[in-house]
Amino acid sequence: MITAEQIASHGLTPSEYQVVLDGLGREPTWAELGVFSVMWSEHCSYKSSRIHLKRLPTTGPRVVIGPGENAGVVDIGDGLCVCFKMESHNHPSYIEPYQGAATGVGGILRDVFTMGARPIALMDSLRFGRMEHPKTRSLVHGVVAGIGGYGNCMGIPTVAGETRFDESYDGNCLVNAFCAGLVHKDRIFLGTTGGPGNKVFYVGAGTGRDGIHGATMASASFDEASDEKRPTVQVGDPFQEKLLLEACLELMQMDVLVGIQDMGAAGLTSSSVEMAGRGGAGLLLELDKVPTREANMTPYELLLSESQERMLLVIQPGKEKQVFEVFAKWDLRCAEVGTVTGDGIWRCSWHGEEVCAIPVAILTDAAPKYDRPQTPRGVAPAVPEDLVPPADLGAVLLQLMGSPDVTDKRWIWRQYDHQVGTDTEIGPGLDAALVRVKGTKKHLGFVVDSNGHHVWADPFVGTAGQVAECVRNLACVGCEPVGLSDCMNFGNPQKGEVMWEFSRSVDGMAEACNALGVPVISGNVSLYNETGEQSILPTPGLAMVGLFEGERPPIRGRWTEGKRVARLGASGTHLGASLYLREVHGLRKVGSPPPVDYDVERRTNAALRALVRGGLVEVAHDCSDGGLAVALAECALEVGATLSLDDGSVAALFGEDHGRAVIAYDPSREAQVRKVCADNGVSLVSLGLTGGDRLTLLAGGPLLDVAVADLRARWGDTFPAWAG
Amino acid sequence: MRRVAVVTFPGSNCDADARHAVSLFGMEAVAVWHKDTVLPKVDAVILPGGFSYGDYLRCGAIARFSPIMPEVVKFAGNGGPVLGICNGFQVLCEVGLVPGVLLRNSKLKFLCQDVDLRMEGKPTPWSKPGGAPIRIPIAHMEGHWYADDATLERVEGEGQVIFRYVGGAPNGATRDVAGVSNAAGNVVGLMPHPERYVEAGVGGTDGRRVFEALVETLA
Repeated sequence: MITAEQIASHGLTPSEYQVVLDGLGREPTWAELGVFSVMWSEHCSYKSSRIHLKRLPTTGPRVVIGPGENAGVVDIGDGLCVCFKMESHNHPSYIEPYQGAATGVGGILRDVFTMGARPIALMDSLRFGRMEHPKTRSLVHGVVAGIGGYGNCMGIPTVAGETRFDESYDGNCLVNAFCAGLVHKDRIFLGTTGGPGNKVFYVGAGTGRDGIHGATMASASFDEASDEKRPTVQVGDPFQEKLLLEACLELMQMDVLVGIQDMGAAGLTSSSVEMAGRGGAGLLLELDKVPTREANMTPYELLLSESQERMLLVIQPGKEKQVFEVFAKWDLRCAEVGTVTGDGIWRCSWHGEEVCAIPVAILTDAAPKYDRPQTPRGVAPAVPEDLVPPADLGAVLLQLMGSPDVTDKRWIWRQYDHQVGTDTEIGPGLDAALVRVKGTKKHLGFVVDSNGHHVWADPFVGTAGQVAECVRNLACVGCEPVGLSDCMNFGNPQKGEVMWEFSRSVDGMAEACNALGVPVISGNVSLYNETGEQSILPTPGLAMVGLFEGERPPIRGRWTEGKRVARLGASGTHLGASLYLREVHGLRKVGSPPPVDYDVERRTNAALRALVRGGLVEVAHDCSDGGLAVALAECALEVGATLSLDDGSVAALFGEDHGRAVIAYDPSREAQVRKVCADNGVSLVSLGLTGGDRLTLLAGGPLLDVAVADLRARWGDTFPAWAG
Repeated sequence: MRRVAVVTFPGSNCDADARHAVSLFGMEAVAVWHKDTVLPKVDAVILPGGFSYGDYLRCGAIARFSPIMPEVVKFAGNGGPVLGICNGFQVLCEVGLVPGVLLRNSKLKFLCQDVDLRMEGKPTPWSKPGGAPIRIPIAHMEGHWYADDATLERVEGEGQVIFRYVGGAPNGATRDVAGVSNAAGNVVGLMPHPERYVEAGVGGTDGRRVFEALVETLA
């Protein structure tokens, strides 16, 4: 008899449990209760978010596979596709930073190579609490080492990323990992079973007790299974996964595989149920045949374990020998553990005894979906009209350059191998990374970005602005966007304000993606990011992939001597939700985020792409955190400039208005640059020439004047001095 | 066409990069699986970078027992050119083909960054001493080359230091040693990755000097 307490400890509500009873027509077995618990968890079922995510645009001429598979796939021409996804590993990374982050990378890699794609690039989006918070430093050390430890060993370059700090992440860091891979359009593999008679194979690491949900482990009637409480964070083995990657890709070259799925969250259960669901089939798993690495594991534990580096394969009958041979070559475990059936029922047996028999449709289609109540919250207070800017704007600029969100993150990314594979044309540190596709003229752009401050201030506009910024970042390396993966990090969905933030954020993303022609092809939702009553800033992590064909553009991040510096777009006017307000005036959660004008965005991006692809500009840099002044300073870390601005207000200097970029080009290119801007209807405002060892800004009179060496020191030394 | 074997151990991840680089110099790259017991007929052998056997136990310590290694040792003993890059260098140290050992970086962090190297010591199939320093990247956690004093004196005295960091070793390597050879000079190991910088659009072209030296040697 299953008690109300056991139901609650499995995270099921009384009404959800009633659906279980109605669906089965009987009380579930203990193992089945565990299965419903994980399959209907927020993480697996998207029960709070699913109705909202449907509003995102997920189709387009390039989209081959949209959300719902292990990763999305986009056509990049000539029979080639890029497959990508971003996923969160927030809670595990806070509990055990190294393994939490490492297994986040491991999981996203599996999602991509499961599709038949060879991974070519990783990115990460990280959020930590304040630098002065006692836990932050150790979290940064652990998370960064974990990401590097896994990705470096796998030999997949980590080509870009972003790291920001805010008090709302003090008790809940965010670790979002992205992976992209290349796959031939006719060699894409899906997580499906095909028809009855196909064989189910388990490959990779043995199953242990790691990752079984702590709450269920602590259940009173569970004493028989284990005296110990194992950590709920999984332990990664990148070496094992490297072998699994090579073995799976090798097997995919043969005509044996029907379907394949990685065992991620909810492990064996989720992978087998989802495959059966997509295949419209049933499945029998013989749990006693599952390779284990611990003795005396129960069916419940085998089904719920989240041990890493495991895959479930469905192969054509009669091809077993080939599978065994490939996995023997790579010294990996491989076992036949079941059969595809035609009755639509997901069954598990244990030494011949049936321990689970659940119609697949109940687990998938009958999963709860909630339209949770939303409570619109008030907008942020307006920027005070009597704001008095500091007299020394040079000191302000230096302060912003050394602020946690702007400061050089080389300390982080030099711990990541960002070059292995020898395709990284532009690595970390610029607006976007650029990765070539060997044997073609194709270049893929990668950017990951999010600004929780903008999103908090107005979830709709803030999220739309982040989409626009990603597209602009890609334009700065010559690419146009081909797709987006979103990683929605929000607080507790049972709070009306959080649900409102989520829903508005989705709508803002949908509007911007529609306006700028970017399909959302994969993603992930991470809710309950809160500690006590403190929710994180709403943080929709956006990872965007771009493409262009042609010669690698001769662009760089820093100015050289004698170049013309110009601004594309208007002078800034909007200080709301800016880095300047937070850092200089201590005004957090003040002001609305900058609005987005899609027409301006489209024209600016078209001009940027033409300028970069045409080899006309040496530097193209988007204005974002810290506005125009920080964008200029980031270009001036080697060679300075004397520049005259049309407006010397702090809003013009530090406002984070969209639709703008700074470029630098050889003066001999003046006519061509002007023509590209005119053709696209973009205003080009010449600011001056590069040269010398100071950055001097004028607006009528002197505005600020700082030494390049000081900019470099403040920008470059802050992070290592803090991190140690 | 000259043929260069590139050995793939389980966990090697710069093997494809090494083969790609070799192919850019008009040579044929021959993929060799670590379980093979016969080395095909080749003119040179590269042990590539990566994490052979996950770097478990100690970097390169398990790979040295791979079935192909006796063949590599024999090839080296017959004077064949052998190059170990990064993890390949660690394997060469473990199997005793080149002197020294590789410890953890002094700051205990993985480092992926450009370094400037001076080519010096005796001429080898993979290097010509002198010329301007080359700029190529490192990407390792265990690149701190170390040898006891007697070995160090012998290695320095015999001109077996082939690559040396200019401006200090970021990993703490003894006397800024980045790469060494065996006494005969045909076997060279180095931590930095010449195979990564052989094309202008991808990092730079200074790594070409290593492959050009081999082309000249085999000509």
